[in-house]
This record gives sequence, C-alpha cells and structure tokens, in this order.
Amino acid sequence: MKVLVPVKRVIDYNVKVRVKADGSGVDLANVKMSMNPFDEIAVEEAIRLKEKGAAEEVVVVSIGVKQAQETLRTALAMGADRAILVVAADDVHQDIEPLAVAKILKAVIDEEQPGLVLAGKQAIDNDMNATGQMLSALLGWSQATFASKLEIEGDSASVTREVDGGLQTIKVKMPCVVTVDLRLNEPRYASLPNIMKAKKKPLDEKTAADLGVDVTPRLTVVKTTEPEGRKAGIKVESVDELIKKLKDEAGVI
Amino acid sequence: MNEQIEQEQMILDSVDKFLRTDVDPYVHDLEAKDEYPAEIVEKMKEMGLFGCIISEDYGGLGLSTQTYAKIIERISRSWMSVSGIINSHLIMASAVQRAGTQAQKSEYLPRFATGELRGGIGLTEPDAGTDLQAIRTVAVKDGEDYVVNGTKTWITNSMYGNTIALLVKTDPKAEPRHRGMSLLIAEKGPGFNVARKLEKLGYRGIDTCELEFKDYRVPADRLIGGVEGRGLQQILSGLELGRINVAARGVGVARAALDMAVAYAQQRKTFGKPIGEHQAIQLMLGEMATRTEAARLLTDNAARAYDAGERCDMEAGMAKYFATEAAVTNAMDSMRVHGGYGYSREFDIERLYRDAPLLTIGEGTNELQRIIIAKQIMERNPA
Ligand SMILES: Cc1cc2nc3c(=O)[nH]c(=O)nc-3n(C[C@H](O)[C@H](O)[C@H](O)COP(=O)(O)OP(=O)(O)OC[C@H]3O[C@@H](n4cnc5c(N)ncnc54)[C@H](O)[C@@H]3O)c2cc1C
Ligand SMILES: Cc1cc2nc3c(=O)[nH]c(=O)nc-3n(C[C@H](O)[C@H](O)[C@H](O)COP(=O)(O)OP(=O)(O)OC[C@H]3O[C@@H](n4cnc5c(N)ncnc54)[C@H](O)[C@@H]3O)c2cc1C
Repeated sequence: MKVLVPVKRVIDYNVKVRVKADGSGVDLANVKMSMNPFDEIAVEEAIRLKEKGAAEEVVVVSIGVKQAQETLRTALAMGADRAILVVAADDVHQDIEPLAVAKILKAVIDEEQPGLVLAGKQAIDNDMNATGQMLSALLGWSQATFASKLEIEGDSASVTREVDGGLQTIKVKMPCVVTVDLRLNEPRYASLPNIMKAKKKPLDEKTAADLGVDVTPRLTVVKTTEPEGRKAGIKVESVDELIKKLKDEAGVI
Repeated sequence: MNEQIEQEQMILDSVDKFLRTDVDPYVHDLEAKDEYPAEIVEKMKEMGLFGCIISEDYGGLGLSTQTYAKIIERISRSWMSVSGIINSHLIMASAVQRAGTQAQKSEYLPRFATGELRGGIGLTEPDAGTDLQAIRTVAVKDGEDYVVNGTKTWITNSMYGNTIALLVKTDPKAEPRHRGMSLLIAEKGPGFNVARKLEKLGYRGIDTCELEFKDYRVPADRLIGGVEGRGLQQILSGLELGRINVAARGVGVARAALDMAVAYAQQRKTFGKPIGEHQAIQLMLGEMATRTEAARLLTDNAARAYDAGERCDMEAGMAKYFATEAAVTNAMDSMRVHGGYGYSREFDIERLYRDAPLLTIGEGTNELQRIIIAKQIMERNPA
C-alpha cells in the first residue's frame, strides 16, 4: 500500500505572530516557517505504518510557494520516500484555500493511487479543518477525522476518533482519508545522517496549472486583528465561592 | 548556497528538537547527582553527532565548522557537559583526519563517526598543562609495539570512552623538545588504567579522570602519521578548531544565562512592576545581550575563516577569549538578576556559574590567549 501525506508549510508554532499594519493578514516575511504540527503527526504515522510492514511507500505532497520544498525535505528526512511539490503561489502571503488544495490533491491522487491518505486535522495558520473532509467528498472515499488511533485491518481501517465527550471508534473501508489529531503519536526528529540522505530522495515539482486546478481565492479576508490581551484573573477565597461564581456569573455549571 | 542554508537550518532544527525532548528534561537531575548521561550518549550516536565534522568519505557528515559551531552553541545552551562528549572526541578524530596515514583514516574514522570508538585527547599531566613540552609520559619502541609509561590527568571522556589520542615523548632527550613528541591512537587495553574520576566544581556528569600507563603496549602503526616527532605539531594545528569549539560553548552558556535572565526579568515583580522595568536590570540585560551577540559573531567569523582555509589563529583566539569571558560574566549577571533564587540549587543559574569558568582554562588559558593575540597582532603589523 502507498500512503499519501499532504504537508503544509505554516508559520512556526513558536513564533509570536504579528498582524500586518493593513489588517490583510499576519506578517510572514522573514519569520520562521515549519511543517504544520498535525501534518508532522501524519507523516510520523505513515512512517510507522511502513516500519510495521503495513505500507510500502510514503509519498508527501505540499501545495503552495516554492519554499515549501523545505517542508518536504523535512518529511523526507523523517523517513518519507518521495515528495511532490505543487507550486500554486509565488507570494508567501497567499494562502491556498481548502477547496483548491483538495482539488489539487485529488488530481495527484488520481495519478498516484494511494491506498490511504493521512492528513493533519487542520493547519495551525488558518485553522480551517476542511481539506481532509473536502478531499474525501471529491474522491468519494470514506473518511475518519480526528484520529487518535489507527489500525489497518485488511481492506478496512479501524480509527479511534477524538470527539466531544470522549472517544469513538469506527471502521472505514479502504481506500480512505484519515485526518489525525494531537494524541495519535509523538513525531520523531530527523537524525543528521537522514537529513543528508534526504537530499538525494526524489522531489518532483508540478504547478497547479499542470493539474488543471484554478486556485483563485473564493474567500475575502475582511479584517485581521490581534486577539484581545488576557485580562488579569480574580482570586476567590473558598471553594464555595468558586462554585457560586461558576454557577451564577459564568453559568458553566 | 541556498540549499546549504536550508540544510543547515534543518540540522539545527533537529538538534533543537533533540535537546528539547531528550536532554533538557534530564539535565538538572543528572548534574546534581554527577551522573553520566548514558542514554543521552546513545541518542547522540543515533543523531550522528559523533561524526558531524568527519568527512563523508569516512562515514561522517562532513559539516562545515560554521555549522558545527552552531550545533555546539545549542548543545551548550542546554548543558555544557553534553558538548564535551563530542568536543574532545572530534579533536581526536580531526587529528587522524588531518595527519593520519591512509590506513589509519580507513580504520578509525568510520568507527569514530558512529561513536563505536569514542573518547578524547590525553595531553595534560600533573606537572604539564600549558607547557605541554614538559610532559613526561614516554613511549619506547619494542618490536612492533610502543611501550608507554606515565601519568595523564584531567582527561575528559576517558572513563566511559574507549580511545584517546595520547601525547607522548618518543624521544625525551630531543632538542627542541617538541621534536621528541608523538601522538598515538590509544585504545584501552592492559596497562591503560583509569586511576580515578576527578571531582569538579562544574562540568559534572561527564567523566574527567587521571590515567596511569604501566607498560601499556600500542601497536606501532597507531602512531598518527607514521613518523615520530610530529605529535605536538599535530595537536597544535588542531588548536584553531579547538578554540572555535570552546568559543561556541562560551556562546551557548552566555546565551543560556541571558535567556534565563530575560525570562525571569519579565516575571519577577518588585515595587509593583516587573524587575525588567527597573533600569538597574535593564543595564545588565543590555550588556548581556550585546556580549552574547558579539561572542557569537566573533565565533562565526573565525569558523567562516577556518572553513575558507584563511589564516585564523588570532581570530579563533579572540573568539575563544571573548566568548568564554562572556559566559563567565553573563552567568554572574544572570545570578544577580535572579536575586536569591539565582543562588538556589533549584534554579539552573548556579550550574552555569559553576560551568563557565572551565572555559577560561581549557584549550589554552585566557591569559595565554591574550598573550598570543598580542604577539600575533604585532607580527601582522610590524613597525
Ligand atoms: C574540567 C577539565 C577538563 C579537562 N579536559 C582535558 C582533556 O580532556 N585533555 C587534556 O589533555 N587536558 C584536559 N584538561 C586540562 C587543561 O587543558 C589544563 O588544565 C590547561 O591546559 C591548563 O593547564 P594547567 O592546569 O596545568 O595549568 P598551568 O599550566 O599550571 O597554568 C596555571 C596558570 O598559569 C598561567 N600560565 C601558564 N603558563 C603561562 C605563561 N607562559 N604566561 C602567562 N601565564 C601562564 C595559566 O594561564 C594559568 O592561569 C582539562 C581541565 C579541566 C579543568
Ligand atoms: C543564602 C541566602 C540566605 C538568605 N538568608 C536570609 C535570611 O536569613 N533572612 C531573610 O529575610 N532573607 C534571607 N535571604 C533572602 C535575601 O535577603 C533576598 O534574596 C534578597 O533580599 C533579594 O531579594 P530577592 O531574592 O527577592 O530578589 P528580588 O528582590 O526579586 O531582586 C531580583 C533582582 O532585581 C533587582 N531589583 C529589585 N528591585 C529593584 C529596583 N527597585 N531597582 C533596581 N533593581 C531592583 C535586584 O537587585 C535583583 O537583581 C537569603 C538569601 C540567600 C540566597
């Protein structure tokens, strides 16, 4: 089985983001970019499937600016076999919307024919949480979102999902799209020898136009603002007072 | 060029992740108990760190000195002792890489690169540190072997490591004295005894020992370069790399002290505001930050020159001197910023305060550095 993992280049989670003066988005010039953390978890899971003998090949795909090469190299250094870069933008500030990404992925998947797509549940930049779902609809494949456990059993996958109020385990038919959640695994860091070896692994480059997908934005960003600063909390004298406040003022219990 | 920058960034990112995951959480306990970080060493082998500057032809990574210095800075920022595990190991490896015979390179470099063979350098003796030509350990040729007798002290990595580059006198009567000095690749065996592990102010966790050689036999083909009388030169020609190395450790410790102070200054409040808003603290932070940056730039510049094959003896000495003094001063200043807590064993500042002074001693004391810099600057600018 071939596993395909889409990976997105996003602002590093350690960076304190700054809103651009004109409010059109956050400033991405000269800030550290990394692989979306949920995608790292997806890559890790794919590599583990390969190590267990449940998969033969791990192909990673990134869509966006040319610099997303770096993100792909990171995935190759972790242990992916091959990478595909689909150049769809030349301005780092242009975010490709989930529907366009899903269409591009579908085109790649039509060529690659993987048995499983493992994606992050969402990207930490725009938090859309939509690409995996849209992709499964376009492909007509089954989907399992927010996975915290994944087991391949013949031609189906057993997936434990993190849902409100607990865990839900479902069985889906392969091929399928699985989006992964935080607790699925702890992604490895690449060893230095593997980083050197990743230089020699294949990285193909295509464009969105090659795949016949129009990436013109459909959404308009009206305004981007900093979140309000955190206000100081209050101290309560006793547990009784805390319960009273939670009941009467916050209305949460 | 771009590709190289990208690759360096990936390497440094991975080193950072390694440190956050597999080093930082354990430093405080291991150091308090002076316990050898055996698991960290295994992870370092997997990471490929033992071969980072060994050529790719011999199974290493062939990284530039500039990248290497950045790795050492990061490791030392987490824990200086961990950097020591690869520092003197790689000085040994680079002596073989630079001066070894083809057979020695093929035999040893791949095993140094994996960490299968690892250790450091055995130069210092009870009566000879700065003045290495005064060493008394003697190696006498006997058939196919050298027979070694003598005592070494302060030898790092000599208890848990298995191999050292050993500086000996093959001709104790030679004049000038260095003509009688040679460097041997000494693997542990009968007569190579670890007499005791030394108790240290800082740089704990890592093994620094006194060694005794009693009729210890080394096959003659372990003489680095195959010709007697070149040992001191072989060690001295590695000094620039060694100094850049120690400079990078200084930058790492200076940065750790700075980072801790910057964080603490924003949390701790006196008189109704964070202490970082008091001018007295700002003056210290301003100096600490500038010192760290200057140290980093001196180190990076010396490493760049070394990689380019330019003369950099003075530059490496300046980096070593300045960056290690920066480490000492920043550790003290950071302790001041931390008030009473800086003096407490619960915080990490006091570790930096104990670790930093070693850097002013090892790899050429800072007194010597300034004397050499003065001589070099006059030599380069004759009146
Ligand atoms: C923790 C630790 C780890 C070490 N690890 C190793 C190791 O792995 N391998 C190894 O071989 N050695 C190692 N050393 C030894 C270290 O290299 C020596 O301590 C160092 O070279 C200084 O030598 P010394 O201690 O004999 O001091 P000395 O040479 O006795 O110097 C004493 C003082 O005199 C000054 N001085 C000496 N000569 C002159 C001069 N001509 N002009 C002006 N001032 C002078 C020095 O600057 C110093 O202030 C280690 C030391 C320590 C503390
Ligand atoms: C070994 C030891 C023994 C001790 N014994 C005793 C004892 O027996 N009894 C006792 O009561 N206490 C004792 N102390 C506590 C000691 O008196 C305090 O640590 C000291 O007063 C500093 O206070 P602090 O640690 O809260 O630092 P902080 O007051 O938090 O100071 C932190 C930093 O901010 C600076 N700073 C603070 N305010 C200002 C300002 N307005 N302008 C500029 N800079 C400022 C300080 O100079 C310092 O650099 C002891 C401490 C130690 C380490």
